Amino acid sequence: MRAPVEDFEPPGRRLGRAGIVIAQVLVVTLFAVLAARLWYLQVPMWDHYRELALANHHQQLIVPATRGQILDATGRPLVNNRAELVVSGDYHELTGMEDGGRKVLSDLSEVLDVPLEELQQRMRLCGPEVSRPCWPGSPYQPVTLAEDVEPSVALQIMESSGDFPGISAQAHAVREYPQGEHGSQMLGYLQPVTQEELEAREDLRTQFTGIDQVGRDGVEAVYDAQLRGTAGKRVLGVNNHGEVMEVISETSPEPGMHLITNIDLGVQKIAEEALAEGMANARPRYKADAGAAIVLDVRTGGVVAMASLPTYDPAIWQGGIDQETFDEMLSAEAGEPLLSRAVQGTYPPGSTFKVSSLSAAAENGYSLRSTYACPGSVNLAGQTYQNYAGQGHGPISLHKAIVVSCNTVFYNFGYQMWKQDGGLYPEGEPKEAMANMARGFGFGSPTGIDLPYETAGRIPDREWKRTFWQQTRENNCHRGEHGYPEVAKTDPSRAAYLKLLAYEQCVEGFQWRANEAVNFSIGQGDVLVTPLQLANAYAAIANGGTLYEPRIGRALVSADGTKVEEIEPVVRGRLPVSDETLEYLQKALTAVPKEGTARGAFAGFPQDKVSVAGKTGSADVRGRQVSSWFASYAPADDPQFAIVVLVSQGGTGGMTSAPIARAIYDGIYGFEGQGPVTAGGEDGSGPAKPLLPGGKPPEELPAVRPDGSIDVLDR
Amino acid sequence: MSTYLGAPRTRRAELGRSAAGLARRLDWTLAVSAALLCVIGSLLVWSSTIPGDGSDPLESTEHLRRHLFHLVVAWVLCLAVASVDHRTVRAYAPIAYLVTVVLLALVLTPLGEVINGSRGWIVIGGFQFQPSELAKVGLVLMLATLLGEPRDGEARPMTRDVLFCLLALAVPLALVMSQPDLGTTLVLGAIFLGMLTLSGAPVMWVVGMLACGAAGAFCVWWFDMLEPYQVDRISTLMNPTADPQGAGYNSNQALIAVGSGGFNGTGLFQGEQTHGRFVPEQHTDFIFTVAGEELGFTGAVLVIGLFGLVLWRLLRTAQGCEKPYPRLLCVGVAAWFGFQALINIGMCLGVVPVTGLPLPFVSYGGTASVASMLALGLVLGVNSRNRGFA
Repeated sequence: MRAPVEDFEPPGRRLGRAGIVIAQVLVVTLFAVLAARLWYLQVPMWDHYRELALANHHQQLIVPATRGQILDATGRPLVNNRAELVVSGDYHELTGMEDGGRKVLSDLSEVLDVPLEELQQRMRLCGPEVSRPCWPGSPYQPVTLAEDVEPSVALQIMESSGDFPGISAQAHAVREYPQGEHGSQMLGYLQPVTQEELEAREDLRTQFTGIDQVGRDGVEAVYDAQLRGTAGKRVLGVNNHGEVMEVISETSPEPGMHLITNIDLGVQKIAEEALAEGMANARPRYKADAGAAIVLDVRTGGVVAMASLPTYDPAIWQGGIDQETFDEMLSAEAGEPLLSRAVQGTYPPGSTFKVSSLSAAAENGYSLRSTYACPGSVNLAGQTYQNYAGQGHGPISLHKAIVVSCNTVFYNFGYQMWKQDGGLYPEGEPKEAMANMARGFGFGSPTGIDLPYETAGRIPDREWKRTFWQQTRENNCHRGEHGYPEVAKTDPSRAAYLKLLAYEQCVEGFQWRANEAVNFSIGQGDVLVTPLQLANAYAAIANGGTLYEPRIGRALVSADGTKVEEIEPVVRGRLPVSDETLEYLQKALTAVPKEGTARGAFAGFPQDKVSVAGKTGSADVRGRQVSSWFASYAPADDPQFAIVVLVSQGGTGGMTSAPIARAIYDGIYGFEGQGPVTAGGEDGSGPAKPLLPGGKPPEELPAVRPDGSIDVLDR
Repeated sequence: MSTYLGAPRTRRAELGRSAAGLARRLDWTLAVSAALLCVIGSLLVWSSTIPGDGSDPLESTEHLRRHLFHLVVAWVLCLAVASVDHRTVRAYAPIAYLVTVVLLALVLTPLGEVINGSRGWIVIGGFQFQPSELAKVGLVLMLATLLGEPRDGEARPMTRDVLFCLLALAVPLALVMSQPDLGTTLVLGAIFLGMLTLSGAPVMWVVGMLACGAAGAFCVWWFDMLEPYQVDRISTLMNPTADPQGAGYNSNQALIAVGSGGFNGTGLFQGEQTHGRFVPEQHTDFIFTVAGEELGFTGAVLVIGLFGLVLWRLLRTAQGCEKPYPRLLCVGVAAWFGFQALINIGMCLGVVPVTGLPLPFVSYGGTASVASMLALGLVLGVNSRNRGFA
């Protein structure tokens, strides 16, 4: 031991002392840094971490809501639900097993008779590198392993749940189509939600269960949000293994609302049957490849029936459609049955369009009291235009021009109004009386019906011509200069013709020419309308000029019947015609089925009981057979319904479409069918019970009882 | 010794006097701070080991009871050591050191047990302990002896002493690294550097060793000597959200637990993150996150503050020492506690890479508790002597 030296402080100790002071400073600094960091995490960043913590700890289980039914106006189901047994697995329970659930899945694959591999694939969670089959939903939702399982199999799984830990069988509601093919296009269908839809629609995203379907077409799509209801939510507290520790909160699902439509199932069926029969009658002379029949309530715009052929059985959507079937549904060979000819098909309206042309003339200085020449043919701007079958009627009133469907009268109107606008070289703003009147009737723009993908049709005029020219100019000019060498190899004369045409289009394609204006007047040329637009226009003529937005939906009623939301008629506008013109038109149309072009089709129809007003149309399209139209409404003295029938490549309107419309009227009013089309009675002949007693759609709504059952209106 | 042999009465009286003397001369600030940390630690251990299904905490006290038992044993040993003259302890320092080294070596024999990927445990019967914790005490004692009592009567350690020290460090360090136990390796290194720096050893050596430490760390990083998971832990620190389910999981969950506690915390036994077991090793290495979540800023900053108080008292005691040996003893313990607390809390707060180290006095763990309290006892003993002489 060294003796302590009192006065001498060793240098080591001094250094040690200084070092300790430095150490103290260091400790204080570092601990202050820790405290500051702690403050930062817990005070300013608290919200952030609180949110992350909730996401960690809380998991949502979505309890899907039952989708509402789609009913006809009397409460008969058009689309409803049936229970399907679904076998599903608990993701965390299965993957938490020592063998990752392999044993359970392999037992299950035997019972279900499904390959083990498929079950394992369905058990995977979808991700950027995992594509279907995989589970697109949350791992907290039961993972669907098999749909539409036999009850005996489901029972076996439920009873021996000890052998199938983590596996359960439940009943799910799936769509059912009790009416088969009827109204398929307007009812629409459901398909699994896509990633894009999930990203775009918050209501889908927040209640996504992994097997959700969404309305993809028809009213299923338009009223998807209401039909869907609100899914229930169960918030579960989970630990780091995903095991459920507690139920934190729970809201029960609110079933979707039922959609009560304006459709009358009886009228819908008869429209489809009459259309099918009429099309069959038109064959084999005509192709009659597609058709549409629409029944509107002219007082509200309600759609009482909307038929489109060819159609298909919506049952094909059940359990997921495969690509092959889907492609076939869209193919031309199958007749594109998904396409609704009523709202998506566009056709030249032919003579049914004369209501618009007559109104344009009447509102632009051509007197309704004058007579006009109806020669067999007219020569306008160096071109000859013929009446139908070249027949002339001498000087006639406009009334007669409608009744006998005289083209030459309207040709003259078209030409003269074109000339008034300055012909090829308009000065200032042209009036475009014909086109503007057509737009006033609702042509050239969607009607606003509660269906998706409605087409606008086309009302051509100078402005349209110029736009079209600008769009096609480059190509036309190129062809006009360089010709069609690929065509010239096989057909030099056609190539030369095409080259000339392209050259003309290039140089003067912006011009609205006389022949175009002339053809416009009788609904030909570039004029295209949808059957629904025409029906809506005739409904407006019938009801005194009010153009409604057609509505399939009539009311939404909650599943327990307590909440009823009526879908009120929406007025889109008024026809831009005077009352005098309208009355004149109504009278002329009323005469057509009695003494005009539809006389044959309505032979024997009790016009004294229900007077039908209408107009036939037979529109030529280059390279195709004549499109057959009949546009009508009834009763003429107190209009209730407008009916438009179209048969594509179906012959003349009077021969093919008018009888179909008549058969529908026969069915609605319960008349004994005597026309060539007699779809009304049970055995093809009446007398039948009127489908719409009193000739009116039901005024009251079918009642939904608190227990969820639906009282069908007894009429 | 022989004085006491035949006179048990006298001996009891002596002990009584000694206890009373200890109570009078005890550094109460230090002892109470440490005790408070133990109390808070017990509550946190309890809370982090109850099942998360909302059951009554009173029904799951198994870990708590074991922890309390460890603490009682540790405190008894602490006070026992505190009452012994540190010069007496010094005499046994080489033996204590040798015992810990032998125990460390035993870990490599069949007596050793692998727990959590590290061969760091000895299991005899139902009794298991971690020699690496005891090695810290052994090293502190050994280094204090070597540096505090230089050879050849020098007033301060010379090169030869430093070389002996390096040897004394190298043996346990190598054994600990072979387990492998990165955390304890770092603590041993920190103890060595801390004691050497404040020992009065040649400046060249101090600077050299510090530089070696820095260079060593750099080399380990630069030449890929770390295990991939350790690299991940460092890169996680740079970018905590890069891989929240993988390498960053622990760190990320720790941040969420602490951050979601907020200013006031969720309340004891109320932490959803804690009871969902989202943070791993929560009763041991990540115990501070329980404080963060359940006790909030107020509680967690109290823990930090108590550690500050402990360290301040340790360094004050060192300052009060006339002799280098007791001073270095205190410095070694301070380096140990300071480094371990900083690294542990820092890792829970996402400022230090994740390293498996318990929080002294707070974390669950018998050997760690005993080792910490022994070290505390050493310092309390030194302090009571300082006061006694003053």
